[in-house]
Amino acid sequence: MKKITIVDYGSGNVLSAQKSFVKIAKDNNIDVEVLISKKLSDVKDSTHIVLPGQGAFATCMNGLKKTDGLIDELCEFALIKKKPFLGICVGMQMLANMSEENGVHEGLGWIDGKIKLLPGDNLKLPHMGWNLVVPTISKYNNLISNKNDYYFVHSYYFDCSNKDNILAETKYGTNFASIVGKENIYGVQFHPEKSSSQGLNLLKGFIKV
Amino acid sequence: MVKTRIIPCLDVKDGRVVKGINFLNLIDAGDPVEQAKHYSENGADEICFLDISASLENRDTMVSVVENTANEVFIPLTVGGGISSIENIHALLKAGADKVSINSAAIKNPNIIREASDYFGNQCIVVAVDAKKSQNDWYVYSHGGTKKTDLLALKWIEKVQNLGAGEILLTSMDKDGTKSGFDNELLSKVSEFLKIPLIASGGVGSLDHFYDGVVKGKADALLAASVFHFNEISIKEVKKYLRERNINIRD
Repeated sequence: MKKITIVDYGSGNVLSAQKSFVKIAKDNNIDVEVLISKKLSDVKDSTHIVLPGQGAFATCMNGLKKTDGLIDELCEFALIKKKPFLGICVGMQMLANMSEENGVHEGLGWIDGKIKLLPGDNLKLPHMGWNLVVPTISKYNNLISNKNDYYFVHSYYFDCSNKDNILAETKYGTNFASIVGKENIYGVQFHPEKSSSQGLNLLKGFIKV
Repeated sequence: MVKTRIIPCLDVKDGRVVKGINFLNLIDAGDPVEQAKHYSENGADEICFLDISASLENRDTMVSVVENTANEVFIPLTVGGGISSIENIHALLKAGADKVSINSAAIKNPNIIREASDYFGNQCIVVAVDAKKSQNDWYVYSHGGTKKTDLLALKWIEKVQNLGAGEILLTSMDKDGTKSGFDNELLSKVSEFLKIPLIASGGVGSLDHFYDGVVKGKADALLAASVFHFNEISIKEVKKYLRERNINIRD
């Protein structure tokens, strides 16, 4: 049986992510337990981890740091054991080395890059709504194979140092990385749990990794 | 680029969907979870619940409505109506709402916008504004459009944007229930200075009204209630109509 833990560190609406996975499991007869937890033992036993994130980058990083040993346990899971890990929205941004949101803040540094403000003078922020996610050619990944619309809410984007880590791009003023990936670690800037059937399909792809 | 959003709004009273015509004369029209699911399956880009329950007790019903909706509906959900504290907001977000819309509470205490936006992130704080024209200017009304304030709508919207609102839901009380189109004059004036997304509300009665809301009103999202509830227009028809006229719409 699979065990997905959605890391609970006080960030916004995590219930929707849990309910999405429960729905996918039910519709596809996948035997899976879906927890919202910050217990180190749950992280350790999981087959998959989802790191959600809403609000400010620094608040999210501080939320993670509040539980002693949580970041170390996540590192063990993703970097040593190399088990499937998915960051969503600010959860994706935290994979970067640093963020420029309200000052300079250090991230987990698992995928090289910086979090920067979306550029453009007449651009409304947050970038809020449905936008096209286009997979980058020649990079196979388990999450997405065709371009499709997903729901975004963010003002900052992941500026990847290594273009090989960009699995899909989206245009809002500029082209930015809407899916990043490195081996077993994935990050999506949009909200698959709020992106209707195409969002659930993406999460199904992640469970199957 | 980001798509124009079509948002059906469900007025919910004591856990049941009702629809107000000009904020009065309520007719019961069904179960909110079923309705939200129906709209999601038919192409809605978001769902909006407006809680018009009179008592605090019945507002707790809304939390369970949101929870049940989150089991079935996987598109963004905004909940508004009677939200007056950080605790209310927290309860709704925890139950599965993605955004909350604040109206009268923000008029009473504008700092709640700053507080909520700092705490939860501005992406989930919508400020709802009910505006009505008198003597060549628009004034803000509170308490579901029943109390006139001395706030000028344009000034107020600019202020809430500066306080950290993530989105504006602007209802024209002159247009609401009239089916004569959005107040595009008001919308376009707001669009001139607004740096956050704008949801147009109030007055839609035909397909071209949706188009005008985008082209003349420059709205980022279009909200409607009765035309959808009474099956006068379907979301699919709206999307087809707009797509054929080169508006960027989700399939």
